[in-house]
Amino acid sequence: MAITSVKTGSSFTNLTKYDSFLAGNAGYSPSSFESIATYTASGGETSFTFSSIPQTYSSLQVRCMLRRNTTGAANMGFRPNNDTSTNYTRHSLIGDGASASAAGSASGTYSYTQNLVIVPGTTSGAYSGQIWDILDYASTTKYKTFKVFSGYDANGSGEVGLNSNVWLSTSAITSLVVYFAGDAVDANSTFALYGIKG
Amino acid sequence: MATTYEAIQTTTLASAAATITFSSIAASWTDLRLVITNTSTLASANYLINFNGDTGANYSYTVLSGDASGTPTARSTRATGTTYGFLGLQYVGSSTTIPSFFTLDIFSYAGSTYKTTLGTALNDQNGTGEVMNIVNLWRDTAAITSVLITCNGTTMKVGTIATLYGIKAA
Repeated sequence: MAITSVKTGSSFTNLTKYDSFLAGNAGYSPSSFESIATYTASGGETSFTFSSIPQTYSSLQVRCMLRRNTTGAANMGFRPNNDTSTNYTRHSLIGDGASASAAGSASGTYSYTQNLVIVPGTTSGAYSGQIWDILDYASTTKYKTFKVFSGYDANGSGEVGLNSNVWLSTSAITSLVVYFAGDAVDANSTFALYGIKG
Repeated sequence: MATTYEAIQTTTLASAAATITFSSIAASWTDLRLVITNTSTLASANYLINFNGDTGANYSYTVLSGDASGTPTARSTRATGTTYGFLGLQYVGSSTTIPSFFTLDIFSYAGSTYKTTLGTALNDQNGTGEVMNIVNLWRDTAAITSVLITCNGTTMKVGTIATLYGIKAA
């Protein structure tokens, strides 16, 4: 039975009548920017995977703070759905503190940033920062574009740059393999995946 | 409880000021993001940043920039052992009506490592302009609890808006 009245003289006193169940409180507005998953490296991994990515967002963003723990090529990249075929193209614009340079490649086997990841022997305690934006990742009619802003400074060395990558597939991205081109990531490097609603 | 992407503090200048300070920043988020729109009455000025009031030589930065004044040019510069971080340049000949746009992402600001930031500084003046991408390093392992923005050599104009956001990972 619905409650339709509260009368004086009852054990409930000093009650305020509201016309809404919010009872004077602000309504809840779900965020358009949601945290999906976070990975913290134990050190020595050559790759790891963000799996079972919900298809309910418009775009994805991955925010990374990382170091390599080997002195190999300082690239880091993604393989959507673990695609290891030559389905990736890339362009980059990079500054190293002395000069600006541009590069590009086609028919690659992963999306990646050119260098831009700090390596061992470089200012202990300093990490590279990276922000990857993956637009329209759930589309089944479009190729996938990645926009990457990344860099590191080590008080005497450093690089900052912009990369664009295209994954030449119309498949929706359901997983992301984070890949270190045969080398490994250092402990306490973090990778946070976010979903953005449009 | 902190939400995933949350405006922490906003400052809108009601009078011209040389500095803006965000203080008492809680350690509730993972990253911070600073967004500034600004106009200036002076031809050009460097926008600088300090954390926790540290004015020691604990900052350094690397810059990638490009402009189209005369021959389009892309360049890169570096500074080491500075007493400030670098937000960007208010372009020479800045308009009083065309705003510049600065962003700064601060990774793991409450963590125990040195602090890396990625920033952009964008000025387009309808014929001239410059775009900058900047990586800063603050060599301090303390959590960031305050951020000071300084307009070096001039003031930020009335109507400048600076907003500090918190971004929280799962």
